[in-house]
Amino acid sequence: MGLFRMPSLGADMEAGTLVEWLVKPGDKVKRGQVVAVVETQKGAIEVECFEEGTVEELLLAPGQKVPVETPMARIRAAGEAPGPAAVPPPPPPPTPAAECIEPRPAAAPSAAPPPPPPPSAARPAGLKVSPAARRRALELGVPLDRVHGTGPDGAITVADVESAARGAAAEAPSPPPTPAAAVPPVAEPSTPVARRGFDPVEMRKAIAAAMSRSKREIPHYYLASTVAMHRALAFLEATNRERPPPERLLPAVLLLKATALALREVPQLNGFWIDGGFRPGPGIHLGWAIALRGGGLVAPAIHDVDKLALPKLMAALRDLVGRARSGGLKSSELADATLTITSLGERGAESVLPVIYPPQVAMVGFGAIVTRPWVDEAGGLAARPVVQVSLAADHRASDGHLGSRLLAAIDDHLQRPETL
Amino acid sequence: MTRDELEAVVADVLAGIAPEADLATVGEGEDLREALDLDSMDFLNLVIGLHEKLGIDIPEADYPKLFSKGGLLTYLSAKTGG
Repeated sequence: MGLFRMPSLGADMEAGTLVEWLVKPGDKVKRGQVVAVVETQKGAIEVECFEEGTVEELLLAPGQKVPVETPMARIRAAGEAPGPAAVPPPPPPPTPAAECIEPRPAAAPSAAPPPPPPPSAARPAGLKVSPAARRRALELGVPLDRVHGTGPDGAITVADVESAARGAAAEAPSPPPTPAAAVPPVAEPSTPVARRGFDPVEMRKAIAAAMSRSKREIPHYYLASTVAMHRALAFLEATNRERPPPERLLPAVLLLKATALALREVPQLNGFWIDGGFRPGPGIHLGWAIALRGGGLVAPAIHDVDKLALPKLMAALRDLVGRARSGGLKSSELADATLTITSLGERGAESVLPVIYPPQVAMVGFGAIVTRPWVDEAGGLAARPVVQVSLAADHRASDGHLGSRLLAAIDDHLQRPETL
Repeated sequence: MTRDELEAVVADVLAGIAPEADLATVGEGEDLREALDLDSMDFLNLVIGLHEKLGIDIPEADYPKLFSKGGLLTYLSAKTGG
């Protein structure tokens, strides 16, 4: 018997609010399946399950805010016998409330009290909705239980959401001209609807908490190098010349891949400082700092960057940036980064001295690629595109000698772009 | 397509990239990237959107011609045979 708990999506998260269940008791779930949407300081996050089995009981109702690690659902592992009150019997006969209380497994002595059953007006837990439709519904403020699904198995599509929104708009009386009569529309009584994207005030608090902890706990040291980019950019230009826009690569992809390959050579900087010691990361999962419109920052991870070919990495990056800005990140993307990169982009400053995201032990920064005088290997002077690469690292876990090796390795890979 | 029609297409593509960006507030000579706070990923998405909506090829070498609003509309006008 497993308990599915409110995940910790980074050092700065203390609690989350359940927005919606995407599974119901009796459903089979697989590893990595998105089972719930949780509202955090970083916006609405799609939470994945890391057990395989059958959902036995949902312990939280939408709208409940609970601390990290609070059990949210019970999941029966494959092959395990059903628990005493696994799936609620179809038409529940009216029984005294006391008899409904099932014995709880010993493993969950402090499980959250069973939530009140969601009001009957709430959408059924088994509703099929595509992620894009879900986001569109959040944007438009359309309650999903009011939408008629026309997709496979009655799944709700983006078009269904939009047509429901148009229907609602058509039904709504035209706004009266006088402010006195401008009565706000009746709020949805039961269905919590997540805000689109994120709340800038909450996001600021999350950044403040994580960065204060970083500066309080982590003795940072900083290194920086200037790296010639003419070979990497020439490679990019040649690659992109033959590709239609959707398949073109950005310099960011080369920076990501070069960093990932460098971390293979210096794995001591890829991981976490936990309980007074270094724990290597389980893979090279690189967090990518993304500035959000309206302020704020989120650094979701791309998994196994060292193993991704450039076109795949580009597709992953595009997808990630899109979802970071529209509010559809997954829990594993927020929790798994083993090192974070900040790249200031073409209009950014020339260099950056990063603040490490705890409990990671290092962060790599790239300034804008700028054209500067450059003395090449033969001693000749030329105008070249260059980038400032910087490293902030945790002095408890490493020293500058090791950090220098990482920067040298990044430089080396960027001089051989065809091997990236 | 007329310049106004092209501007409407650009505004439509931008709405999917930067919902709060208002193309109408950008002057002809202004750099779209500065005025609307577009990073290189946003700009690539703009090029992809225009490529798909208008069915035109936009080589990377032409990007600098697209940075200002006026330059972009002139470029699209020429490419769409206007």
